[in-house]
Amino acid sequence: MFDKPLAFWLIQSLNSLSLGGLLFLLSAGFSLIFGLMRIANLAHGAYFMLGAYVGLSVLRAGYSFGLAMLAAGLAVALLGGLIERFVLRRLAGNPLAQVLATLGIAFIIADGCLLLWTGDPQQLPSPEWLQGVFRIEGAAFPKYRVAVVAFAILLAGGLWLLLEKTRTGAMIRAGVDDMEMARGVGIPVSMLFTAVFCLGSFLVGVGGVLGGPILSVYPGLDTDMLPLALVVVILGGVGSLIGAFIGSFLIGFVYTFGQTLTPDLAYMILFLPMIIVLAIRPRGLFGRIST
Amino acid sequence: MFRIPFRAVARAFGAAAACLLLAQSVQAQTEPLRIGFLTVRSGALAAGGRQLEEGIQLFLKERNNIIAGRKVELIIADTGGNPAGAKNKTQELVERNHVHVIIGPLAAFEAIAIDDYIRQTKTPTVADSAAAEDLTQRKVNPWFVRSVGSSAQPNQALGEYAAKTLGYKRIAMIADDFAYGHETAAGFQRVFEDNGGKVVQKLWPPLNVADYGSYIGQLKQNVDAVYAGFAGANGLRFLKQYKEYGMKAPVLGSMTTADEGILKQMGDEALGVTTGGWYAAGIDSPDNKRFVAAVNKEYGVDPGYYTLGAYSAGVLVEAAAKAVNGKVEEKEAFMKALRNPGTVHDARGDWKIDDYGNPVMTMFIRKVERKNGKLVNTVVKAYPNTSQFWTYDPKAFLAAPVYSRDVPPAKNLEP
Repeated sequence: MFDKPLAFWLIQSLNSLSLGGLLFLLSAGFSLIFGLMRIANLAHGAYFMLGAYVGLSVLRAGYSFGLAMLAAGLAVALLGGLIERFVLRRLAGNPLAQVLATLGIAFIIADGCLLLWTGDPQQLPSPEWLQGVFRIEGAAFPKYRVAVVAFAILLAGGLWLLLEKTRTGAMIRAGVDDMEMARGVGIPVSMLFTAVFCLGSFLVGVGGVLGGPILSVYPGLDTDMLPLALVVVILGGVGSLIGAFIGSFLIGFVYTFGQTLTPDLAYMILFLPMIIVLAIRPRGLFGRIST
Repeated sequence: MFRIPFRAVARAFGAAAACLLLAQSVQAQTEPLRIGFLTVRSGALAAGGRQLEEGIQLFLKERNNIIAGRKVELIIADTGGNPAGAKNKTQELVERNHVHVIIGPLAAFEAIAIDDYIRQTKTPTVADSAAAEDLTQRKVNPWFVRSVGSSAQPNQALGEYAAKTLGYKRIAMIADDFAYGHETAAGFQRVFEDNGGKVVQKLWPPLNVADYGSYIGQLKQNVDAVYAGFAGANGLRFLKQYKEYGMKAPVLGSMTTADEGILKQMGDEALGVTTGGWYAAGIDSPDNKRFVAAVNKEYGVDPGYYTLGAYSAGVLVEAAAKAVNGKVEEKEAFMKALRNPGTVHDARGDWKIDDYGNPVMTMFIRKVERKNGKLVNTVVKAYPNTSQFWTYDPKAFLAAPVYSRDVPPAKNLEP
């Protein structure tokens, strides 16, 4: 098992990082929403796919990759905001109904995408200046994936600043820790809910565009991605940004090396660390609240 | 008291009954031929489902909706792409719509789900897509026949091509970790190794794996080629990432890895990919050119695996219906004709059905090239009259276990 050449370890480590970066883009929004609103948003995978499709259309219309990211993020944020206001809000206080509603929304979005973008799997091209490879130790690694890792780290930094250093961030943290108390001291929790739902949706919409060049866009992308988001957030701990960050990269490494070194365990390797962590520490590695 | 004229009454009844019978038989001949068509309109298989529908619709349009002198009523049912849905819809088609023949379903696991039911109800069924080996091998169903080949059929031909024509000695294989991926890879491996080649590596990424990066990173560099056995969107995803990682070894693959249905979404990464198949849009024959032009005119795309499969299922149903003079109600005779249609002719050329319900047909070795700016599977070699058993004796072939992850065993794997 350990007689592999150096290039193998290097490439697989880079693969782990890039998968981790991708997972963070996917799950940051999920964790935020789950943490504050206690809603496991099962439409999150569908948001990711919708973001990728919107990005694809913007790119096809001849606009830049950055604009595609922005447009996808805004489109999904708008949709998320509407759903929060007009669906989830009406079911407040009934988490089971809310979760079921998000599942229904996931199906509706998936069918809508099928209608608008057909069932053909499609490729989302990466920006031209990021095409090509880096050569390391005789092995090649795509530039685009390095960029995804860099973006994920930048995003994590930005979100950390937002949550830890701004007034809004403090309000969000207060809401996560103790909703009633936050309401009691005059934090506009209702506004906050909508804002966080929009932000979480924005992030996953952008994530969909960034993931597109690696994953391609196809019907079923939503259900392929949702379990990954769940695993990351349960492992890292609900409502914790650092948890989502560490969880993403941890899963990236465990998944990549698990699959390559013990291929027969490829199916359980994703869930094994989650089960172990849950058994020992039910609120996840960095969780503020118990799931 | 009056006497009832029994004799007259009996005569009247007799005449009425005769009229009724006559009417019924007239009606039977004027009643439409009902085809139940199983497809998938949602989820990951929806693209294939749409192409299936296009294939059958084009066929019926070309026949003015008349087969063997009878008007055709096509009843399309969406299975949702799962076994339970396939079973429900098949039941509906048989018991409510009283269809004379079923075309479909799309996926092998759907075909397996309805296997018992079509046997019990004696429903003639033409598979236009499901390629699982055992459906026409160790678990032959007398009410089942295929218009497409078995999973391994074209890959066995590709195995010989790789060893003999291309002279490849060492190959690494990567394929979807489900029955279809196992069967395509196994057929390739068996014939390739029987012709002196060595499969030195086998990788099985899960069907819904998020990323192929970690697998591509493992592929051995010191091989002559990589065999890629993928279905659906995975061929598209794999080939793109293969190129992104700067991999240079030539790619061989199963029919669906470079199917016309996804080829239109691919870029330069598909160039040179060589696959085996019972059809290619690039077949250079007048019949195929006419077919490709018709599909392009109607739907704006090239036909591929699914379009041809459904169109040909229509051709097969027509051949059998003509053989029984349109009397498809006589199920036994109709099914016999479906299993023994003689020589059938469609865009891929002439084909027959073997004793197990699977076509014996030309296997094409296809190479992706760019022609007029469009990616096309061009034919580089043809293996005529190829059966699902390749050149092996059917009895010996069937005595061995069905192709799988570990059958035939790989004896040349390197650590």
